[in-house]
Amino acid sequence: MSQKLSRIIKNACESCGNDRNRLMDIVTAIQKECGAVTLEAMDIIAKELNVQRVDVESVVSFYSFLSKEEKGKVVIRICNDVVDILKGAEDVAKVFSETLGIEIGQTAADGSISLEYTPCIGLSDQAPAVLINDVAITNLTVDKAKSIANDLKNGVLPESLTKECGDGNNANDLVKSMVKNNIIKKGSVIFAERQSEAGLEKAITMSPSDVISLIKASKVRGRGGAGFPTGMKWEFTRAAKGDKKYVVCNADEGEPGTFKDRVLLTEKFDMLCEGMAIGGYCIGSDSGIIYLRGEYAYLKAFLEKKLSQRKEVGLLGANICGKDGFNFDIRIQIGAGAYICGEETALISSCEGLRGDPKTRPPFPAQKGYLASPTTVNNVETFCSIAKILEKDAAWYSAIGTKGSTGTKILSISGDCSNPGIYEYDFGVKVSDMLKDAGAEDTKAVLIGGPSGQLIGKTDFNRIICYDDLATGGSIVIFNSYRNILEIVKSYLEFFVEESCGYCTPCRTGNVLLLNKIEEILEGKGEPSDIKYLEDLCSTVKVTSRCGLGQTSPNPVLTSIKNFREVYDAVLKLNEDGRQPTFDIKASLEVAEALQGRKSVIY
Amino acid sequence: MEKPKVATTSLAGCFGCHMSLLDIDDRILKLIELVDFDKSPIDDIKNFTGRCAVGIVEGGCCNEENVHVLQDFRKNCDILISCGDCAIDGGIPAMRNNIPLKECFDEAYHDGPTVYNPNNITPNDKELPLILNKVYPCHHVVKMDYHLPGCPPSADTLWEALVALLSNKPIELPYELIKYD
Ligand SMILES: Cc1cc2nc3c(=O)[nH]c(=O)nc-3n(C[C@H](O)[C@H](O)[C@H](O)COP(=O)(O)O)c2cc1C
Ligand code: SF4
Ligand code: SF4
Repeated sequence: MSQKLSRIIKNACESCGNDRNRLMDIVTAIQKECGAVTLEAMDIIAKELNVQRVDVESVVSFYSFLSKEEKGKVVIRICNDVVDILKGAEDVAKVFSETLGIEIGQTAADGSISLEYTPCIGLSDQAPAVLINDVAITNLTVDKAKSIANDLKNGVLPESLTKECGDGNNANDLVKSMVKNNIIKKGSVIFAERQSEAGLEKAITMSPSDVISLIKASKVRGRGGAGFPTGMKWEFTRAAKGDKKYVVCNADEGEPGTFKDRVLLTEKFDMLCEGMAIGGYCIGSDSGIIYLRGEYAYLKAFLEKKLSQRKEVGLLGANICGKDGFNFDIRIQIGAGAYICGEETALISSCEGLRGDPKTRPPFPAQKGYLASPTTVNNVETFCSIAKILEKDAAWYSAIGTKGSTGTKILSISGDCSNPGIYEYDFGVKVSDMLKDAGAEDTKAVLIGGPSGQLIGKTDFNRIICYDDLATGGSIVIFNSYRNILEIVKSYLEFFVEESCGYCTPCRTGNVLLLNKIEEILEGKGEPSDIKYLEDLCSTVKVTSRCGLGQTSPNPVLTSIKNFREVYDAVLKLNEDGRQPTFDIKASLEVAEALQGRKSVIY
Repeated sequence: MEKPKVATTSLAGCFGCHMSLLDIDDRILKLIELVDFDKSPIDDIKNFTGRCAVGIVEGGCCNEENVHVLQDFRKNCDILISCGDCAIDGGIPAMRNNIPLKECFDEAYHDGPTVYNPNNITPNDKELPLILNKVYPCHHVVKMDYHLPGCPPSADTLWEALVALLSNKPIELPYELIKYD
C-alpha cells in the first residue's frame, strides 16, 4: 500500500512540476484517487515538495472536500441550503440515510459510501439537489432519492445516474449533466445575440490605456458583490510595478442562492475567456487563472477542452489574434468546498496552495496579489460584460441601467416562486416587477444579495436593484408567508459559523453567539433586551472582523430585526423575576444527583 | 434620608474580589457614609434585612447553593453587578467544564497525587450543596445589570463604579483601569 501511495503521490506532484503553489491540485488529485489524504500521505507530499507536513495538513484540514480520514468511494453531498430545506432536502436526506443505513456525516463500514451535508452547491433553481462525487442530481424527491440510494448500494456508478441531460452544453459529451440552465429572461448584454470575439478583436486595435479609458467610461462595476469600478481596478493593476501580472476570474460562486456563474460557465465560456484576454491586454498580463469552485468540478473537463480549442484557433497562447507580442493563457484552479475562497484574497491564498485564509488589505491584490504580483480578480459576469462593452461601446453600455449602475445584472432567482432561474435585467428593476416575472405569490420576504445582503419585507418591494439601493451579487431568494423568518435567520447563521475561516475572534466566536441567541429566542426563551444584545453583538462582529465574511455575516440578524421586528416581538417575553429562562437548574443537577445518590433539597 | 444598602457575596470565587473591595483603603470610611452594608461577608450579615440598591457578586455558580444565593440577590437588589472574571465567565473554576463531573470527583477525592483518603470516601453529607454539571457565569443564571472585568477588578475600578452608581452618574472608567496587559 505504502509503495502504491508513494507512486500515486509522486505522479500527482510531478504532474504539477513539484510546485508547492499547486498543492491544491495535488491534494485534490490524491483525495480523488485514495479517498483521503492521510497523515502518511501528507508526509510523502511534504518530502516531495520540500515543505513541512503542517503546510500540507493545514490545507487538508481547511477544505471540506479534503479529509484525513478515508471517505467512501462514493460521497453523497446533500445541499442543505435554506432553499433546499424549503424544498424538502431534509426528507431526502432521511431517505438516503435510512436506505443506505448510515447517518449523515458517516461512511459505511465497508468504505463504499459517505453521506454528508454541504452548503449551497449552486443549484437552488432545481432544489433539492445533491452532488454524488462530481455528479449533480437535481429536483430530487423522496422516491427518486430512494431509488438512487438503492442503485448506489447495488454498485451503480454515479456517472450512470444521469438519465437525461439538461439543455445547452449540459448535454455536451464532456458534461453530460442533468443540470438545466433555466435561462428565463435574456437581456441586452450577456444573453443577447453577439458576434463572438468582436470585443477582443476591437481591443487589440486600441492601446491598452485607451481600452481602460473606454471601460471606465462605460462605468461598469464588479458583479461579484462589492461593485468596485472595473476600469479603475484595471488601471491600478496596470500601473502597479511588477514584471509578471495575473488576471484571475472568480468562479467560486459560493453566496447561497447564486447560480448565474454556473450558467455563464456552461453557455458563455468563450465570452468569459474573451473578457479575460482583454483584461490581460489591459493590465499587461500573460497569465489567467479561473478559480472554479469544487462543486462545479463536473464542468472542468468541458472547460479545459474549450480552453484548448481556443488555443488551437489562436485565441489563447502566443500572439493572440495575430497580434505580435500579445500572449495570454488561462489555467483552471479547482477549489475544494470553502465559501470563504470567494473572497478575493482568500481565493488568491487558495491558488497559491495555502489554506483559504483572507489576507490583510492593504496591500490590495492590484498591488500585491497572486504570488505577490499585481493581480486583478473579477467575477465571471464582469468579464463577460467587458467583452460586450468592447464589442459595442461605452456610450451604448452606459445608457443601459441607472446612472450609478450601468448595464444589466443577472439575477439567480429561487425559493418560493413558480419560475426559478436566470434573469438578466437592466439595473433599476423593481423588486415587485421581478417577483411578478418569477411567479412569486404571497411573498413575505425577499433576500437580496444572499445572506450577506439584506432580508426585505413588503414595504421595500417598490425599491430597485442597483448598487445605490438594493445591491446584489445576483442572489435573490423568495420566501412566502408560511416561512418562519427566525428559522431562516438561524440557517444562514449556521452557514456563516461553518464557513468562517476562524482567523478573527469576532467572526469565529461572535457568529456562534448570535446563533445561540437566535436559537434561544426560537425556543421561546428570549426577552426584549435580547434585541439590544443582538444589535450590539452584530455591530461588534461587523466592525472588528477582518474580511467581508465577518463584516456581513450579521446581516440576516440585523435586517430581520429592522424589517420583521414583529416576528421577534411576538416571541420575546418580559422576564419578571430576573431569572434566565435558559438556565435549567433541575437539568444542571442531574449528574450530581446520580453520582451522589441523593436529591436536591433546595430544588 | 436613609442610606442606600449594598449587599455582597462570594459564590464560586476566591474572595480576591472582596479583598480588592477592601483595598479601597480609607475610602471605605467614605463608603460607609454613603451606604449601609446589608448581607455581606464584610459585616457577616447572613440574610437580607431589606431591599438593597446594589448587589455585588463575586464568582460564578458551581453548586446549587450558589444558584440559590444568586437568585436571592436578584430578588432583593435593584442592580446586580458581576464583579470579576469568575462572575463574568466562570473563571478558573470553569476549567472543569470540559471534564465530566465523575472524573472531577475521582481526581479530587481518590486519584489525585496529593489525595490522602484511606477510606476512599466521597464527601456526601446532606448539608453539602450538590455540584452543578458545570460552572455557570452569573448572567446565565439571572439577569445581571453590570459587568466589572478584572481578576480582580482593581480597588479604583470598584470605587469609581460604586460611586458613579450611587450618585446616579454614568460610569467613566479611564483606560488604565480596564486595560489588562
Ligand atoms: C465571503 C465572501 C465571498 C465572496 N464570494 C464571491 C464569489 O463567489 N464570487 C465573486 O465573484 N465574488 C465574491 N466575493 C467578492 C470578491 O471578494 C471580489 O470582490 C470580487 O470577486 C471582485 O470581482 P468584481 O469586481 O468583478 O466583482 C466574495 C466576497 C466575500 C467577502
Ligand atoms: S472575518 Fe471571518 S472569515 Fe474573514 S478573516 Fe476573519 S474569521 Fe476569517
Ligand atoms: S475574579 Fe479573580 S479575584 Fe475574583 S474571585 Fe475570580 S479568581 Fe478570585
